[in-house]
Amino acid sequence: MAGSGDLLHVVTNDNLPARRVALGRLVMNAAAAILILVAAAQIADAQGWVDLGFANWRPTLYAYVLWGFAFCWGQVLTRGEQGKRALFVLPAALFVVSMVVFPLLFGLVIAFSDWNLSSPDGRRFNGLANIRQMWGDPFYWNALLNMVWYTLAIAVEYAIAFGLALLLNAQIVARKFWRVAFLLPLMLSPVAVSWMVGKSMLEPRFGPIARLARTLGWENPSFFASPEMARLSIMVMDAWTFIPFMMIMILAGLQAIPRELHEAARVDGASGWRTFWEVTFPLMLPVSVTAILIRIIFKLKIADIIINVTSGGPGGATDSVTSFIFREYRDRSNVGYGTLLAMVYLVLIVIAMTLLMKLADRWMRPRH
Amino acid sequence: MGTQVFHDGESDRGHRAAWWAGRIAIYGALSLWAFICLFPIFWTVTTSFKMAPDVMKGNILPWWDFRPAWLGWRSLGLSPDTIGTVSTPRDEFMKRFMNSVVISVSASTLAVVLGSLAAYGLSRFSYRFGPMKNPDISFFFLSQLILPPVVLALPFLVLYKSLALLDSRVGLILLYTLTVLPIVIWIMRDQFAGIPTELEEAAMVDGLSIWGAFLTIVLPIALPGMVAAFILSLVLTWNEYFFAALLTSTHANTLPVMVASQTGSQGISWWSMAALSTAAIAPLVVVGVLLERYIIKGMAAGAVK
Repeated sequence: MAGSGDLLHVVTNDNLPARRVALGRLVMNAAAAILILVAAAQIADAQGWVDLGFANWRPTLYAYVLWGFAFCWGQVLTRGEQGKRALFVLPAALFVVSMVVFPLLFGLVIAFSDWNLSSPDGRRFNGLANIRQMWGDPFYWNALLNMVWYTLAIAVEYAIAFGLALLLNAQIVARKFWRVAFLLPLMLSPVAVSWMVGKSMLEPRFGPIARLARTLGWENPSFFASPEMARLSIMVMDAWTFIPFMMIMILAGLQAIPRELHEAARVDGASGWRTFWEVTFPLMLPVSVTAILIRIIFKLKIADIIINVTSGGPGGATDSVTSFIFREYRDRSNVGYGTLLAMVYLVLIVIAMTLLMKLADRWMRPRH
Repeated sequence: MGTQVFHDGESDRGHRAAWWAGRIAIYGALSLWAFICLFPIFWTVTTSFKMAPDVMKGNILPWWDFRPAWLGWRSLGLSPDTIGTVSTPRDEFMKRFMNSVVISVSASTLAVVLGSLAAYGLSRFSYRFGPMKNPDISFFFLSQLILPPVVLALPFLVLYKSLALLDSRVGLILLYTLTVLPIVIWIMRDQFAGIPTELEEAAMVDGLSIWGAFLTIVLPIALPGMVAAFILSLVLTWNEYFFAALLTSTHANTLPVMVASQTGSQGISWWSMAALSTAAIAPLVVVGVLLERYIIKGMAAGAVK
């Protein structure tokens, strides 16, 4: 991905007729004018200055979409070949910007306000009150701490996934069957998993896992009573669904290692164990780091299983940040405080991920 | 086994014993994990055919431990004797099922279209949006992956409320497209990078425009990657729960929301929950078994550079 210079060289004819350029400008400006007019009318209506009878903000949305299309078309008209190239990236960029940047900015406004959606008062700016509330909210800090525990569990998941990938990479028969079987948990929805495993199989009286635990000598198996046990159960369920994901990335890496390397190691008299630690594992480092980083990203979003199995209990022991905010909104329908918590979480994640990526980068560089 | 030649009979036998031990260990481990992976699915499917006493006794093997009955499927209106009759639970279920199908397929399609275009552009041309060059634009797209859904959830709740998009399919489709777009771009970038530019150059010498070359020459080659991206998106959007639970209530809610809403109420009727879960996971299990190749291809993209 070179920073400068096109990979694909195109002979362009940049002699655009002046009328075409003018038309392009006209299209873009007209659409922008329509957008501004509609938005202004809606704002005036919402503020109660004039009564235009808008039921919702849909007209502004339509005007915005119209502007988006006009902008893309205008690019082609005014910039010719360059515009046609921009057309590849422009739709996705416009989509992401309008779906992420705008709501994030809007979220920043909400985060500093007291806004109960079910009360008619509407939004009230309340300065730093939400931050102060967050500072004194033990459940939020507890949820953040839980995220650390959940993230650390990835180490175990990684070890299991690596082992499974090695198994699948060995000389075995019916490889496709094993691969499909190992992949299936990833296809299941976390909600179904929370019912199938969390509610049904871990049922303390007649769930098969509870019965197994009883045969193994655990008298009163309960998987969600003590905080540690509950957290562990959630970790196991989440690991169950996501281990195939890491396994497949590692398997792809294993299959990319040339066979000759292993043969050479064997000729040199290295045992299987030493071959693994001195040839396979170092070669797998880049893939491993990628797999773990992506897994961390997914882990930080964990919520569905927790919401559906424990709803954070006992006493917030299994809460993730997402499930905590979800309940916070469900119980009090206050969007202001929840948004602030989410924003703080986002900042923490971005800092942590940047540090991690920097570290991973430095760690891997000498091996290039 | 190159070294084996130099061993004599005694150690040769030891070698073979070790080989057998290795085989047994490998297949033992494979079987154990396959059991761990498949048993919950087996348990759910069989529970949907159990009656109350069978559930309470924790019977496992059908026809051995218990006689399969259509109890769970009857409560969904999907058993052989109720399938022809009018059934409100089935209508309800079909409505949710269709919501899930429409939303996940549309969102995945939209994401694959937008994502492929962007990935192709980024792999072929150099752009400049203000201070941002190609690597920055790529990073901008991929960095969306880090964004946790909870950050967008509440702002979107408020925005959708004022746009009358709450509880609508369109609203969910747009959000789901956003969540899978980085993954599609990740996969497709890899895919296009592997296609030599000479192909398009030759096509353009023959008089095709950039878009013509892209649509007629490059797209067919990149199709397997697009299928992989589409299926991966389908899995993620079909299973999505968080946004659906927050942003839908009666009209547009998807299967996961329906499954989740059953658990708390009226004491759990295990058999009907099992039937519902089975129906919710069945499409993806079928997809997983039939299209495993593409899923693996999609997830392996970018892992190996």
